[in-house]
Amino acid sequence: MEHINYMTLPWHDWLPIVFLGLMGLSALIYVVLDGFDLGIGILSPLVKRDDRDLMIASIGPFWDANETWLVLAVGLLLVAFPTAHGAVLGALYLPTTAMLIGLILRGVAFEFRIKGPSKQRAFWDSSFFAGSLIATVSQGYMLGYYILGLPTGWTAFVFASLVALGVTSAYVLIGSCWLVAKSENALQRTALRWAKKSVLGIAATMALISAATPLASERIFNIWFVWPNLMWLMPIPLLAVFITWKLFQVLNTATREINAKDAETAAFVEVVETNQAKLRDQSQCAFDGARCWVPFSLTATLFVLAFIGLAYSFFPFVVPESLTIWEAAASRDSLAIILVGTCITLPMIVGYSIFAYKVFGGKATKLSY
Amino acid sequence: MEALLLARIQFAANISFHILFPTITIALGWVLLYFRIRANRSNDSGWIQAYQFWVKVFALSFAMGVVSGIVMSFQFGTNWPGFMETVGNIAGPLLGYEVLTAFFLEAGFLGIMLFGATRVSQRIHTLATFLVAFGTTLSAFWILVLNSWMHTPAGFEMRDGVAYATDWMAIIFNPSLPYRLTHTLIASALTTAFLLAGISALRWLWNDKTPGIRKSLKTGILIAAIAAPTQMFVGDLHGLNTLEHQPAKIAAMEGNWETQSHVPLLLFAIPDEETRTNKFEIGIPSGASLILKHSPSGVVPGLNDFVTADGDVQHPPVKPLFFAFRIMVGIGVLMILVSWWTAPQVWRNNEPKRLNAMVLVAMTFSGWVATLAGWYVTEIGRQPWLVTGVLDTASAVAPHPAGLLGVSLATYLLVYAALLAAYIGTLFHLAKKTTKQAERELDPGQFKGAVAGALS
Repeated sequence: MEHINYMTLPWHDWLPIVFLGLMGLSALIYVVLDGFDLGIGILSPLVKRDDRDLMIASIGPFWDANETWLVLAVGLLLVAFPTAHGAVLGALYLPTTAMLIGLILRGVAFEFRIKGPSKQRAFWDSSFFAGSLIATVSQGYMLGYYILGLPTGWTAFVFASLVALGVTSAYVLIGSCWLVAKSENALQRTALRWAKKSVLGIAATMALISAATPLASERIFNIWFVWPNLMWLMPIPLLAVFITWKLFQVLNTATREINAKDAETAAFVEVVETNQAKLRDQSQCAFDGARCWVPFSLTATLFVLAFIGLAYSFFPFVVPESLTIWEAAASRDSLAIILVGTCITLPMIVGYSIFAYKVFGGKATKLSY
Repeated sequence: MEALLLARIQFAANISFHILFPTITIALGWVLLYFRIRANRSNDSGWIQAYQFWVKVFALSFAMGVVSGIVMSFQFGTNWPGFMETVGNIAGPLLGYEVLTAFFLEAGFLGIMLFGATRVSQRIHTLATFLVAFGTTLSAFWILVLNSWMHTPAGFEMRDGVAYATDWMAIIFNPSLPYRLTHTLIASALTTAFLLAGISALRWLWNDKTPGIRKSLKTGILIAAIAAPTQMFVGDLHGLNTLEHQPAKIAAMEGNWETQSHVPLLLFAIPDEETRTNKFEIGIPSGASLILKHSPSGVVPGLNDFVTADGDVQHPPVKPLFFAFRIMVGIGVLMILVSWWTAPQVWRNNEPKRLNAMVLVAMTFSGWVATLAGWYVTEIGRQPWLVTGVLDTASAVAPHPAGLLGVSLATYLLVYAALLAAYIGTLFHLAKKTTKQAERELDPGQFKGAVAGALS
């Protein structure tokens, strides 16, 4: 690849870079937002019905808007890099189909499990779980293949499967952290336990993926593990390790605090069994307010770091190893037209999305209308 | 060739399934806004009941539309890469604007509309309802701009086999957009009107005579009575526009083989592309000439004009267009008759006669059938082109092996069939459940309190 001098790059050649950035941003927002609600879906069969209702209620008002970021990311790929859209999705035909079926199954389950006849409810609950899992696994699997430049063969399959495992643990982690923030009492404690387990799961898969990378892709290996790149890139994995450690610590502290509070409450019960009001007050969750959002924020930061690492490995390719963003870009005039619209609408979208999250802020409650 | 056919069937299956739901939500959003505003302004519990029931139907239909719509956005890339490679410079911005201005808007405010009634003020909740309705309509606008452009492309030039935009106003307001947009929006109004009337009539037959039922029924019938004749008129204009820009489509719809005057309006026939004639023709003499050219001696283009000297057929397949068109028009006429027959009763007596109610129940999903039939007429009528005169369908398809397509097609069909059954089942289940609740709560004092409490 010839060297690109960004100082002398004409403005219309900046457009593909801008669009790559926008697409990346939508993809990042998507994996954080739909990541947590797909994670909730995967975790949903592990609890009893009341807790499951609460878990699903915690994402009910958001999932549709969250999924729209996927439509935007794929839409930007489609409109800004039309040839790449065909090449990438054509090569990933089966996993794409699987993901779409997964998203269908889980999307309609939100409605059918509540509105359908009660004897069908168990069926739609499983459809909610299966759909979330299928969508998650296929997204990870597609990412794995994409990282390698869409090859075929066994090494690629194994590598992609490992990435699928990684993405699944990541979604489960961020789903648990969402639940830590949105729930209280027993469910919150369960969520903390899930979060800790998935941190370990991610650490293990990350180690496996790092070990498999040199075998699977010489290119990625050469980008990351060769001097002096290693020195420049080192902060990313170091920071990731630090945040993971910090996350684990926060989760542990929270668990300990909640247990201590419980012990205190138990002792308190023995002393004044009759004082019901005070008792309820005491048993309120110990891990709330802004603090309970710390695990979620740390996990989201991990997602950002992973994203930066991936972006660095690809740039300026939109189909790794074969198509650069300049080769794949649509006409610069068309890009300019969309950019104008994006600059106007994106701040508004972010604005009313934040408004929607605020309306449904605080601990999750049962939804009805 | 086999792969092309499978890819086309898959796209047709996806879009047919998808269009069922937006066609409900586009108009139902505005109906809900109307219910919401009436509820704000009066103490009549009927408007609240109507809102509460139909918002559930809206949510269910919306979810179905969302999940099938996402499939559509992927289909372009997975199955039709040639489409974006050739006309991406035009289709891209239109789809981009749809996502940015419409999808986010409706998705962003849907949560507030559904679950936020007790968390925001009445004004904000009404505003959210408006924005969701507005978003669905805006989304219809953008997608119909693109669809119309594929039928009647304008405002572009071809360079090295790729389309480049030269005039965005001409692209957006291309010749068939005004007709197609109006025709489709009215189709949505009619589909929703008959759904409202059909489900309400069913509940009325189940002896649910709560104010909410009467209000829903009246609203449905009134919309139908106004929209059905309007649709006939707009459809005629749309046809004249098509005659100007896509004469082969009209020729196939009319089953007219030779360009000639005094073309009859065929009520029935079986077109045969082998012999290029019609069998069992029953028609009104000079009818088609009268409708299309406003004169019995008007010359109507025939299908044989669209066959090249070496026998290459350049017109759409005749049978599907011929029959789908008649199904659409037939249902349209039926809609006019039924709505005009029932409207006076509902208006005067505030309730339908038993027979009318039964007919309405039978017509609950008639809008779906007419919409699909109309959609087939226009889309199959564009063949063999994907973009008229610019890109033919066969050149745009991805070279996937037929086996792969077969697997994905079978999966989609299976899922769609199951979901359609679940959707219709759930609709009736909801109706039954609400009716039973109304019966239980029919102690009048209690009832009013419960309903007022639910939305306060």
